[in-house]
Amino acid sequence: MKSRLLQPPRCSDMSLVEAQGISKTYTFGEVEVRALCPTTLTIEEGEFIAVMGPSGSGKSTLMNILGCLDKPTTGKYLLSGVDVGGLSRDERAEIRNRKIGFVFQGFNLLSRTAAIENVELPLLYNGVPAEERRQKAMAALKKVGLEGREHHHPNQLSGGQQQRVAIARALVNNAPLIFADEPTGNLDTKTSAEIMDLFVQLNTEASITVMLVTHEPDIAAYSRRIIRFLDGCIVSDEARSNA
Amino acid sequence: MINIPSTFRISLRALRVNKMRSGLTMLGMIIGVGAVIAMLAVGTGARQKISEQIASIGSNLLMVLSGASTSGGIRMGAGTQPTLTLSDAEAVEKECPSVQAVAPILGGTAQVVYGNQNWSTGVTGTSPNVLIVRDWKLSSGRPFSDDDVKSATKVCLIGQTIVDNLFGSIDPVGQVIRIKKIPFTVVGVLEAKGQSPNGQDQDDTIFVPITTAQKKLFGTAFPGMIRLMSVKARSAEDLVKAEKEITELLRQRHRLSTKQENDFTVRNLTQMLQTAEQSTKVMTILLGAIASVSLVVGGIGIMNIMLVSVTERTREIGIRMAVGAKTWDIRLQFIIEALTLSMIGGVIGIICGITVSRVLSNLAGWSIVVSPFSVFLSFGFSGLVGIFFGFYPAYKASLLDPIEALRYE
Ligand SMILES: Nc1ncnc2c1ncn2[C@@H]1O[C@H](COP(=O)(O)OP(=O)(O)OP(=O)(O)O)[C@@H](O)[C@H]1O
Ligand SMILES: [Mg+2]
Repeated sequence: MKSRLLQPPRCSDMSLVEAQGISKTYTFGEVEVRALCPTTLTIEEGEFIAVMGPSGSGKSTLMNILGCLDKPTTGKYLLSGVDVGGLSRDERAEIRNRKIGFVFQGFNLLSRTAAIENVELPLLYNGVPAEERRQKAMAALKKVGLEGREHHHPNQLSGGQQQRVAIARALVNNAPLIFADEPTGNLDTKTSAEIMDLFVQLNTEASITVMLVTHEPDIAAYSRRIIRFLDGCIVSDEARSNA
Repeated sequence: MINIPSTFRISLRALRVNKMRSGLTMLGMIIGVGAVIAMLAVGTGARQKISEQIASIGSNLLMVLSGASTSGGIRMGAGTQPTLTLSDAEAVEKECPSVQAVAPILGGTAQVVYGNQNWSTGVTGTSPNVLIVRDWKLSSGRPFSDDDVKSATKVCLIGQTIVDNLFGSIDPVGQVIRIKKIPFTVVGVLEAKGQSPNGQDQDDTIFVPITTAQKKLFGTAFPGMIRLMSVKARSAEDLVKAEKEITELLRQRHRLSTKQENDFTVRNLTQMLQTAEQSTKVMTILLGAIASVSLVVGGIGIMNIMLVSVTERTREIGIRMAVGAKTWDIRLQFIIEALTLSMIGGVIGIICGITVSRVLSNLAGWSIVVSPFSVFLSFGFSGLVGIFFGFYPAYKASLLDPIEALRYE
């Protein structure tokens, strides 16, 4: 099972993310809510994408499907060539663990748990031995500039620092893909800029593919490709020439 | 690939965060396990007490009473018709190979006087063999002899209760007491035996030679008559055989035709007590079962608290799932949490149970036995309770939808 997930067939023309007509519909009895129209989307390794659009337009829905947290109602989704649609719950958990890092607007750190242990979490579910876990988590915290804060709990850290811990957690397993749903939504302008610099650095230096949702054009300006949503559909998808 | 030590640490931390709640939940287990241990200890103690009593009335004991247990279809009280004689007793002892010793018994109540003290007690005419039959020793003096029986001398052995009531601190051996106004010399004192299985004080007794009893104390119309005989079989296995031999011999001696019923009754006392022992065993199981109910209630408490905990920590579960926790990672986390609660509760419960048993044993005055088996049983059972009642909440947690869990406030 593991080999199927981790060493997919490598073709030269294969994209990191290939969504073919994925859609999401929520049904409440008679009423159907279309959160996402059938969408086809390709993301190559090393891209830095911003997703924009009004509230309720389906941005998070798309991210959750691409992040293997949710299953599309229709369509096919290939992640590095693996058809995710046919995988079991635990197999999808394994994909999230090895291939995907999440950063959320509300940080989503475990409270009453030290920063270092929050960062170790993905390694814990990857069966990494304790000592190696500690080392890797330390390295990840260093990368996001939180050296010396390892043993602080989330409530002892500022919002920006908490988001850095969350980013360290997304990095620690060397996931090639990071999904960030409004990562700066709870932060002030200056801290937002710091966090965005961090994403840019990860994208250029470690060639991690980043896809983030934002409402702010300033934040979207850090990206090299902007996808715009309206009522569950992509209305524009363009590369930014000046990035 | 599940990391047990780390999962264990996560569970312990969660329990520590809610100390009060964890403590109260454990209390349920503590009470349950404690009750099981204490109840089993009381039951086992009672059984041991009965075993001791079996030993105290004398082992491998049969009783032969005069009179049929049923006579012509009408139930008669055993011992109502005087049909056994001293020579029957002697014959049983001589001719039944499975019989080790026989003590003929003829007794009644009598007023006993020493100095200005007087006491009403059971006086038993018997033979020196009574000491063998009832596994009874003397604490001082000597037994009376076969010669005493032959010549119907006025000597007696007295029990500890008689000593306490008539003599106080005086050494009774060699003193003269009056039984029904007839002077008897005390030759020996019986060792204290305590209560009989039916609650009588076995030490409130006086033994005199059977012949003396027949002639001087309880004179009968029927010469040589005895009320019953106590028979000791050679071994527990010989009891049934002895019963048959005695029945055959006495039927022959009493010249009963095959159609006639026995004019005597043989009772197997040891068997009766073993039945009592058996019923105590049942009682122990019953007590244990009742106590187990509280253990189950404790388990339900654990389940309840785990369900609350799963709901409260929905978001945490979502985060764990988002970063790659699988079904069994989540399940184990909560199962271990429940298991920790129940096992710690179990250990404290065992300690409490033993303490309570000790206190009870002091109050009840009978030894209470905490068997390693009951400790092992409760420990194992509390583990099972933890797993059983922890599973459903853990199962529920593992089925949460990661997105909804993450969105949970
Ligand atoms: N679990 C759900 N059940 C029912 N409807 C849902 C659910 N999740 C999302 N929706 C609906 O799907 C649509 C898209 O929601 P989504 O969260 O993707 O919007 P969004 O673009 O991320 O908005 P925002 O910018 O406010 O985060 C909305 O109309 C929402 O009501
Ligand atoms: Mg959203």
